[in-house]
Amino acid sequence: MLAAALAAAPALGQGLEEPLTAVPGDPVAGAAIVGEPTRGLCLLCHAGPFPDVPFQGTLAPPLDGVGARLSVPELRLRIVDSRQVNSASIMPPYHSLVGLTRVGERWQGDTILSAQEVEDVVAFLATLTDPPIPEETE
Amino acid sequence: MAGQVERAEGGAAPRLRPPRDICRKARWSGAVVAAVLAGAAGAQDGRVSTYEQMAPELRAMQDDDFSNPGLLWAQTGEELWAEPSGADEVACAECHGAAEEMAGVAAHYPDWDEESGQAVDLAARINLCRQRHQGAEPLERGSEALLALTTLVALQSRGQPIAPSEAPQMEAVRGQGEALYSTRMGQLNLACATCHDDLAGGRLLAAEIPQAHPTGYPQYRLEWQEMGDLDRRLRNCMVGVRAEPFAAGSQEFVALEAYLKARAVGMEMEAPAIRP
Ligand code: HEC
Ligand code: HEC
Ligand code: HEC
Repeated sequence: MLAAALAAAPALGQGLEEPLTAVPGDPVAGAAIVGEPTRGLCLLCHAGPFPDVPFQGTLAPPLDGVGARLSVPELRLRIVDSRQVNSASIMPPYHSLVGLTRVGERWQGDTILSAQEVEDVVAFLATLTDPPIPEETE
Repeated sequence: MAGQVERAEGGAAPRLRPPRDICRKARWSGAVVAAVLAGAAGAQDGRVSTYEQMAPELRAMQDDDFSNPGLLWAQTGEELWAEPSGADEVACAECHGAAEEMAGVAAHYPDWDEESGQAVDLAARINLCRQRHQGAEPLERGSEALLALTTLVALQSRGQPIAPSEAPQMEAVRGQGEALYSTRMGQLNLACATCHDDLAGGRLLAAEIPQAHPTGYPQYRLEWQEMGDLDRRLRNCMVGVRAEPFAAGSQEFVALEAYLKARAVGMEMEAPAIRP
């Protein structure tokens, strides 16, 4: 199943050119998903430009500047299923059910984000073109 | 990850901070530190109990028997220990003597039970005694009475090194536990090992990810406001990654505990521990 999904994807690491929905992503809605720690869960692992969120992640690269580092198709692929870029990635597959085991009853058959939510998140990430603000010394 | 990460707890630093002991070692060898920070699980030097990562107030609460609520459960356990029970009207104490006779027992659990041909944890062993030696019904997993008796027995191993069972059958059980520990699960597709080996010392919001050494069970969690066993902790972690938890007392949990105990061999037992 994984092999089929990989074969269907464009050349590894390049990205998903096609938007998942016809409605263009809304960066404001995307910011709400990324910035709310219990919704997108992104800030469990990443830091980002959300000064109001006190405990941000230290387990992954900061999201600041990611819109300058990666193209929209590259961002989309990483949110849909980061394992297609790095098979050992610990980042949850936000819009894929491939290879999941023991999913809790409440969550069975559901991806973490819907197709439209993925588009919103991608639209928001694309706006993050400024590098991280250097941390103030304590 | 809901559940275990939404609380803000006192004394938590906002950024990645290696466990205290690792910092101390940093003075003498950069290479060792690099290896430890890279997540060398089981490496004798890098292992630390969650105790070491806790705020000083919590450590003080655990250390002082008058403020550690776990001791109240042990007290209840002491009463149950002396109380004749079951059809046989016989108390634990009549066969085992004083609770102190249980010194070192908890440090080697889970262990193999010949009669049923399976691995049992400490709570299951106590229930076997009720059934086989008292003619009583087993106590419900996670019930006050079973937690009280388990706490009393575990307390007798406080300060002793974890010494996994040497029963040859336990080798396979630990292997099964290790396999489960490394298996990704749930909608978030994370394995125990991802968090507790690779990411230990990092943060999931307010919670510092511990190394997951089972040194202090049963334990009193402020989040629970009561005592709980290791199964309950592991269920929380599984629900955190949106996985279907294993059943309380299941062979999967016994196997996971057997593996965690082997991974923590030689570390000091500290039940009843306090955790945030
Ligand atoms: C469990 C941890 C975790 C969570 C949760 C997580 N990520 Fe990631 N993410 C990573 C890691 C680790 C990487 C580094 C690349 C890799 O290993 O896949 C990464 C990489 C990325 C990248 C590529 C960054 C770059 O500079 O190349 C983007 C973009 C990204 N994540 C966005 C998100 C968004 C948006 C969310 C929430 C919807 C999220 N991540 C949630 C762990 C996580
Ligand atoms: C009639 C005697 C008898 C009574 C009563 C009894 N036990 Fe036992 N217990 C045993 C025997 C015999 C064993 C050895 C294993 C076996 O044969 O079941 C044992 C083993 C144990 C062990 C494991 C020791 C080890 O080293 O692995 C624990 C813990 C224990 N009992 C706790 C209790 C508790 C708690 C109670 C009261 C609820 C209790 N027992 C009541 C006879 C008894
Ligand atoms: C997403 C990361 C994550 C995953 C995956 C995870 N845990 Fe945890 N675990 C945590 C965090 C965070 C804590 C500490 C919670 C707190 O203190 O609030 C914890 C606590 C623990 C503890 C308590 C240690 C102590 O000192 O009492 C044990 C044991 C444990 N986990 C084992 C496991 C096992 C076994 C698995 C796999 C079934 C697992 N965890 C999966 C994040 C995780």
